[in-house]
Amino acid sequence: MFIKEGIIASPGISIARALVYEKADVQVSADRHEDSHQEIDKFNQALDESQKQLEEIQLKTADELGEEDAAIFEAHGMILRDPEFLESVEKEISDRKVSAAYAVQIVTDRLVMMFEQMNDPYFSARAADVKDVGNRVRNNSLGIVMADLSKLQEDVIIIADDLAPSDTALMDKMRVLGFATNVGSRTSHTAIMARSLEIPAVLGLTDIVQNVKTGDMIIIDGLSGRIIVNPDRYQIKAAEDDQRGYQTYLKELECLKDLEAVTLDGHKVELVGNIGEPGDVQGVRKNGGTGIGLYRTEFLYMNSDTMPGEDKQMAAYRSVLEAFPDGPVIIRTMDIGGDKKLPYLPLDDEMNPFLGLRAIRLCFKEIELFKTQLRAILRASVYGNAYIMFPMISNVDEVRQGKKILAECMAELDALQVPYRKDVKVGVMIEIPSAAITADIIAKEVDFFSIGTNDLCQYTIAVDRMNQDVSYLYDPFNPAILRLVKQVIQASNDQPGLFTGMCGEMAGDPMAVVILLGLGLQEFSMSALSIPRVKKIIRNVRYQDAKKIAEEALMLETGVAVMVHILESMKKLKIEI
Amino acid sequence: MQIQEVTVLNETGIHARPASMFVKAAGKFKSNIFVIKADKEINAKSIVGVMAGGITQGTTVKIKAEGEDEVNAVAELVQMINDRFDE
Repeated sequence: MFIKEGIIASPGISIARALVYEKADVQVSADRHEDSHQEIDKFNQALDESQKQLEEIQLKTADELGEEDAAIFEAHGMILRDPEFLESVEKEISDRKVSAAYAVQIVTDRLVMMFEQMNDPYFSARAADVKDVGNRVRNNSLGIVMADLSKLQEDVIIIADDLAPSDTALMDKMRVLGFATNVGSRTSHTAIMARSLEIPAVLGLTDIVQNVKTGDMIIIDGLSGRIIVNPDRYQIKAAEDDQRGYQTYLKELECLKDLEAVTLDGHKVELVGNIGEPGDVQGVRKNGGTGIGLYRTEFLYMNSDTMPGEDKQMAAYRSVLEAFPDGPVIIRTMDIGGDKKLPYLPLDDEMNPFLGLRAIRLCFKEIELFKTQLRAILRASVYGNAYIMFPMISNVDEVRQGKKILAECMAELDALQVPYRKDVKVGVMIEIPSAAITADIIAKEVDFFSIGTNDLCQYTIAVDRMNQDVSYLYDPFNPAILRLVKQVIQASNDQPGLFTGMCGEMAGDPMAVVILLGLGLQEFSMSALSIPRVKKIIRNVRYQDAKKIAEEALMLETGVAVMVHILESMKKLKIEI
Repeated sequence: MQIQEVTVLNETGIHARPASMFVKAAGKFKSNIFVIKADKEINAKSIVGVMAGGITQGTTVKIKAEGEDEVNAVAELVQMINDRFDE
């Protein structure tokens, strides 16, 4: 038995036997083949064979998933018949006297590189298509028959290095209960496929293919991101319980999804999601989130080898805005620095990175980088309700400076007659104690606050929660934190039109919901999966009771006393956590 | 030989969907067809060539065709560009 952890790409739990899907590690050599005619013949036969396979895949896909999904194989067919591709391969065969397979390999590699270098999501996807087609032709010219997933005898979990569209197209979908792969991310084809089939997927396991044999028993847990290989019977029993729990949760979610987050006595709040990539919006919508309370734009920078341009950023922001035509979308300008580094933006090592050059401080130093992002957000603003949020604000001057730069960006767009929403809302993260303490001063400059409790705790209590020796001090129920939260909400209430949200982990903590509600928090932003649970609590409490519980909690002396008070109060009111 | 100059006006240029429309249309003709951008000749029947050609909005190109249906080929492809690929 052993356990491996990977990237959660699709939720759910399955228990089944492994099917190791290995694409033969094909090696081609540059050996001389004097008879070029024979190699060109081989190449042409491989093309015919590939054409036949693609037509079959296209038909089956159109049948099962519809014409739109099948279109990708039409694109594959175009690459297959592409004169540039054909001529280049034939030229390699005759000029360099190499085998058909080798010629296909080098031409494919060259085209893939060309598309990848264009640095545009559309062309990166085309690079994958070219690679897929190239591999198919190469394998056909070598006479390699690819493993067949179309006729499966029993339920399986597929273990692979990675899965391409052509691997999954013919797959017997009724028999496949999960994917576990060596590579891949939440946006890779494998991940998208798993989510559309509603089966669990755990990716990025590095060496799962090397360590699992076909027929091994597998538990794939797409909730915790774990794979258990050859589990004992207790682990199987536990997984079966988790499976039932997950089913119950899905049913509950379905019931709550379209209901408002409103207390028994009619006080309404907004429940929204935290996201890192545009693809995450589906999860937020599915769980009943009505908008985005924190879009962490730094992932756009971190998932790229070069600085993402204005158009690329604008497309990402636009797609998030369009997903929530009615709700707010709070776009936080990039929080790079600290522990988040970029390969293309060298930063000096610091003694105290969390107290150093990060987030808005870095933006003020790299002003063009900041302006590119602001212009991209402004341009996207016409597609929805964009809110711009500055992170790591420590005083009111920084807010004014950020707004001044934003005004410059607006003037630049005006000069070019590019449309944007002039009424775009501007707010700040409250995550540094000095900002929380002076919230009344900052309130005059902004439209909203969003309290980031993770950093606020770290900075207020002076504790690194990753350090196991001191992490016990990290406690969002510490009276100091509660007082700061109260003070920030108070400052926003005193300023007409202002609202306060929270996007730290505390906002999604079922234990904290009642107190935050009672303190007057108006917007709770959390990871998508936490939304139904928090909504359930809100719908089962009276705002008047929550206010009283919060008032009482603020009189207590320690975090532990606060937690005990919450538990007892909720028990008394018969509210389940 | 038939040749005609035309300026690409649609927003995406001959990329993505327009590129695939363009190559498909060119493929219907028997003539050899090229897009000439500056001094570069791009095979109009090659999706790879056309997409890699970097024919963006505002680029002026020549469409050249040689063969039995060269007149119709140039006419149809120029029309397609002028119609901005129905964007």
